[in-house]
Amino acid sequence: MTSRPRRASGPQPGGPQPGGREPDSTAPDSTAPDSAAPDSTGRGGWGLQEVSVWHDDSLALDHVSLVAAAGQVTAVVGGDGAGKTTLLRCLAGAQAPGSGRVSRPEVRRIGYLPASSGLYPDLTVAENLAFRAAAYGLTAAQAREQVAEYLDRAGLTAARDRLVGQLSGGMRQKLGMIAALVHRPDLLVLDEPSTGVDPVSRSDLWWLIARAATGGSAVVFSTSYLDEAERAGLVVALDAGRELATGTPDEIVAAIPGTLRAVRERPSGQDGLRAWRRGGHWRVWDPPGSGPAAGPIAGPAAGPVIRPDLQDAVTVAALARELRLAGSLR
Amino acid sequence: MTGAAAGASPLAQCAGVSCRFGQFTAVDQVDLQVNSGEIVGLLGANGAGKTTLIRLLLGLLTPSAGEVALFGAAPSRATRRRIGYLPQGLGLYDDLTPAENLKFSAAVFGSGRDGPELPAALRSYANTVVGSLPLGVQRRIAFAQVLSHRPDLLILDEPTSGVDPLGRARLWETISDAAAAGAGVLVTTHHLDEAGECSRLVIMADGAVVAAGTAAQIIGPARVSVVTAASWTAAFTALERAGLPVALAGRSLRVPSCPSAEVRHALGDLDARVADAPATLEERFFELTLSSSGTEVPR
Repeated sequence: MTSRPRRASGPQPGGPQPGGREPDSTAPDSTAPDSAAPDSTGRGGWGLQEVSVWHDDSLALDHVSLVAAAGQVTAVVGGDGAGKTTLLRCLAGAQAPGSGRVSRPEVRRIGYLPASSGLYPDLTVAENLAFRAAAYGLTAAQAREQVAEYLDRAGLTAARDRLVGQLSGGMRQKLGMIAALVHRPDLLVLDEPSTGVDPVSRSDLWWLIARAATGGSAVVFSTSYLDEAERAGLVVALDAGRELATGTPDEIVAAIPGTLRAVRERPSGQDGLRAWRRGGHWRVWDPPGSGPAAGPIAGPAAGPVIRPDLQDAVTVAALARELRLAGSLR
Repeated sequence: MTGAAAGASPLAQCAGVSCRFGQFTAVDQVDLQVNSGEIVGLLGANGAGKTTLIRLLLGLLTPSAGEVALFGAAPSRATRRRIGYLPQGLGLYDDLTPAENLKFSAAVFGSGRDGPELPAALRSYANTVVGSLPLGVQRRIAFAQVLSHRPDLLILDEPTSGVDPLGRARLWETISDAAAAGAGVLVTTHHLDEAGECSRLVIMADGAVVAAGTAAQIIGPARVSVVTAASWTAAFTALERAGLPVALAGRSLRVPSCPSAEVRHALGDLDARVADAPATLEERFFELTLSSSGTEVPR
């Protein structure tokens, strides 16, 4: 095996064809470090190419690439410290890359929901939206019209006059997303919109994401929920600043090296090092050439080989990296 | 609902428990029990009453009606000693090192003056103040602290929020080890895919229990229509226009609680396939949560 799990062939924006408008042909502006769209398919789009970022002495992003195409939803997955926020900040223009190329629309055509939600806690819901709309050059009437449906669908209409500081986490994230959408951006960048948000509010957030993509925005969001990432057209999995895997969810799953087994009891010995809990049972990853079929003790106890999903794939990628660091995997 | 193992009394039991704040009923006639060795998943939207129920179990609130029993007695300092509680905020002191946090906790629980040893994987962080450690490490320290006095009952409030899949798998390994050793566990989560880790689930909405049992029992016969269209955006717009509750799932769209014929009709002459599939726990959860509340199902 090479030094990291095989990358899915790509990037191939795997989502359905957008029905919405293409990005504004006048963008990106001259302030973007590079105006060439990195999308090799020639369909146009925004993104990062081989971007690295250093924070003091540590490498926060290590040659990461990402494509954000109009009408497509791209998910960035990874745990705490994986580099998700740094990547999104680069894409949104809130952070300059140390090296590599970024292409994005001009700043007025970007919608950005930072991890901190970017709202004013001492203003009401309506005041926050009016401020944001004014900053993007919309009139108050335009803004009201744009967001009335969104507020209604997100269950925030009754909260219009409440101070944002008093909203629940889920309500605040929904409002943050609406504020980022108010000017119908070409590129919508959302930093963990759903972390800590309950499933009902998460489904509202997903409706807003789908709505933005339907309207032609290129949507890029980060999440630690793999079931959410599975709904995206393109997924970039990060770990410690590096791309673990990139592709459509199907491509990432297909690129898992070796096979997976499902077993009921906690495996012991070598299997135990490559096992993790999933859904009340255990999964065991067999790297290429090491499966039970290769050993003398293969039998029913080894457990059936199963078809992995995206969560399995990302877990295998993280596990493989950990084992290599520990020296127990080539 | 599963009863207690023969002869054993539940570690935690709520019988007809209600908790009212003025006119507002936060917890409404809840029956719940947690037995030794089982993991009970408590699910619900924000505001469903999960945290109030946890505060009732911890003895921080007194029920307006009904009865809470821990280890067969009313909640007290003595019962609190046998509980390991992981709050959403983790409950660590940012200005203390991991070792100092564990030592303090051990002193409070009277489980030894020196406190437990840090797990081997965390020893390299022993002398760094908790506030400057990564969140993932803080969470593992909080787990070590919660388990350090060998509690009989674990109450975990969103222990896996924001954790990557491998990290979550390891936290669940710790939780199931504690249950296998005889502890009872009550755990809240917003990750509905973690339901499989739980012996059974209790779903709350508007303060009341709206469903309980295994995921399969709760889903029951619920079905959804799955739409695979040449252009998902066109299909999404058409279904939205028809006022159907549509959700995006990869290349397809899912329409819960709606017969395929109605979905087909709403799509008009669009190039799309409509199939019928069993609902997921998440979809059933929305159905239960939204139908129980007075608010309208979002359209």
